[in-house]
Amino acid sequence: MAFGAFGSAPGTPAVADAAPGRKSPVALLLLLPGVAYLALFFVVPFVSLIVTSVKAPDPFGEIGRYVYAFRWENYAEVLATYWPHIGRSFGFAIAATIIALLIGYPIAYFIGVKLRRFPLLQALALVLVIAPFFISFLLRTFAWKQILADEGPVLGVLQSMTILPDDARLTGTAGAVIFGIAYNFIPFMTLPIYTSLERLDLRYVEAGGDLYASPVTTFFTVTLPLSMPGVVSGTLLTFIPAAGDYINASSDFLGAPDTAMIGNVIEANFLRVENYPVAASLSIILMGAILLLVGLYIRRAGTKDLV
Amino acid sequence: MNRGLRFGIGSWGLAVYAILGFVLLLTPIVYTIAFSFNDSVKTNIVWRGFTFENWTTICTVENGAVCEAFATSILVGVVATLAATALGTAIAIALARYRLRFRSAATLLIFLPMATPEVVLGAGLAAQFLTAGVPKGVLTIILAHTMFCISFVVVTVRARVSSLDPALEEAGRDLYASPGQVWWRITFPLLLPGIVAAALLSFALSFDDFIITNFNAGAASTFPKYVYTAAARGIPAQANVIATAVFLLAIALVIGSQLYSAARRKRLARTS
Repeated sequence: MAFGAFGSAPGTPAVADAAPGRKSPVALLLLLPGVAYLALFFVVPFVSLIVTSVKAPDPFGEIGRYVYAFRWENYAEVLATYWPHIGRSFGFAIAATIIALLIGYPIAYFIGVKLRRFPLLQALALVLVIAPFFISFLLRTFAWKQILADEGPVLGVLQSMTILPDDARLTGTAGAVIFGIAYNFIPFMTLPIYTSLERLDLRYVEAGGDLYASPVTTFFTVTLPLSMPGVVSGTLLTFIPAAGDYINASSDFLGAPDTAMIGNVIEANFLRVENYPVAASLSIILMGAILLLVGLYIRRAGTKDLV
Repeated sequence: MNRGLRFGIGSWGLAVYAILGFVLLLTPIVYTIAFSFNDSVKTNIVWRGFTFENWTTICTVENGAVCEAFATSILVGVVATLAATALGTAIAIALARYRLRFRSAATLLIFLPMATPEVVLGAGLAAQFLTAGVPKGVLTIILAHTMFCISFVVVTVRARVSSLDPALEEAGRDLYASPGQVWWRITFPLLLPGIVAAALLSFALSFDDFIITNFNAGAASTFPKYVYTAAARGIPAQANVIATAVFLLAIALVIGSQLYSAARRKRLARTS
C-alpha cells in the first residue's frame, strides 16, 4: 500500500497528467479548500516561526513570555551557542544516509533485478522491506537500545571476540545514533531505488558485458546512472528527516547528552525551557541549511524533475 | 566460462548481503514482538519467561494510560485521515484534470511539507497555536496531522487520476449521464483503489507520528508520545502488545491485498 506513494515520490519522473486541457471553475473549487488548509497550517506557521525567531525577552523579565521585536542577534547568538549541535545534525545525517544507501542499494538491486523472475518472492521481499513501517518508530528504536545495551547480546559478543575493549559501550555513542538513524530510514532509501531498478532494461547491462566491460565498470557506467533518480529521491527521503530527527539522539534512546542534535535543542527550548525565540531561530537555520544542501545536491546529481 | 563463474559468486554474495539486510530490518521487530510475551515485573528489559498475561492487561496497567493513548491515536488517525483524504483527493483531481494558472505554485505548496523536517513543521504549528492562543490538545494534534497527510494523499491519488482513461467518462457523458452520475458511477469507482491506498498511508503516517505530535499535544497523549514519555522510566510490556497487534494487522492487510490483486490479475488474464 505504501508502494504507490513511493513510486511517485519526488525524484522519480512524474506520471504525465492525462489531458490537462480543460479550464473550469470546478477546478478552483476542488483546489481551494485543500490549498487554503495548507496555507493556514503550513505557510502561516512558517511565518509565525520567523516572527517568533526575532522576538525579544519580556522587558519585565517574565519567563516564557516574549515581545515582538526585530532582534536579529538571536541568530548570531544561537549559531555561536549551538554550532556543535548543528554540525552534529548534518554530520550524523550524512553518515546515516551513506550507511542507509550502502545497505539499501544492494537490497533494492536484489529485489528489483535478481528476484524479477520470481514475482511471489519479490512481493514477499518488498513486504519485509516495509515491515519496519508497521511497528512503532519509537519501539523499534528502543528495541535497538536494549539489543545494543551494556548487558545486551551484541556488546558481549564483540568484546569476547576482542573487537571492542571490555570497557567499551555502544549505546550513548555517536555510532549508535548514526546506526539508529540509518536503520530507521533504510525502507525510505530502498523503495525509490527499487522502483528505478525494477524498470531497468537488463539488455543495457548485457551490452556492457558484451563490450568487455567488467561487472564493476558496467555497474558504474550503466546500472548506477540509470538508477540515479531512485538514489536521489532515496537519499533525500533519508537525509531530510534524519537531519531533523531527535529520537535516536535522545538520551532515553540511543544517544547521550553529548550526542544531542538540533532537534533535541529545539524540543528542549520549545517544550521545556520555553525559550521560543531560540527554538524558532534554530528551526529556521535547520530549514535554510537543508534547502541549501538539497539544492546543491540536486544540481550536482543533475536531476531537475524534482518539483 | 570464467565470467560466468564470477557472476555466480557475485550473485551469491549479493543474495547473502540482501538476506543479512533483511535480518537487520527484522531484528528489532522480532525483539518487540517477543517482549510482548515477556513475564515482566516493572520494566520490560530482561527476559523472564513466556506469558500471555500482558495481552489481557493492556487496559489495566498504569490505570489504563497505554490503552487511553492508543484510543487517542486511533481517534486522531481516523479524523485526520478522513479530512486529509477528502481535501487531498480534490486537489489531486484538480491538478491532474484541469488547466490551472497557479499549477506550479500549488504543486510547490504540496511538495514543501514533505520536504520540511518534522521538527520544523511541529515547532511552526506550535508557535502559531501559541500566538493565536489556541490551547493544545487532541484538536491541535488532528489539525497538525491533517496538514502533513494532505501532501501524501495528493501524490498517491494524482498518480491514479493520471492513469485514468478520460474516454471512459466521455462515454458516460455521451450516454447522457449527468455530471453526478459520471462521478459516482465511473470516476469514483475507478479512483477508489488509489483513494483507499492514500487513506491507509495517511492513517499509518498519523498513527506513527511522534515529533509533530509532541510539539502540539499539550497534556494529551498519543501512543507514540506515551512510549517516548515512558522510555525514561521503562516501557511496560503492554505497549509492545499494542505495537505487535497493529503490526500483525497491517502485515495481514498488505499480504491480503497483494494476494487479492494477484488473483484479480490472473482472473482478468483468463477472461481477456
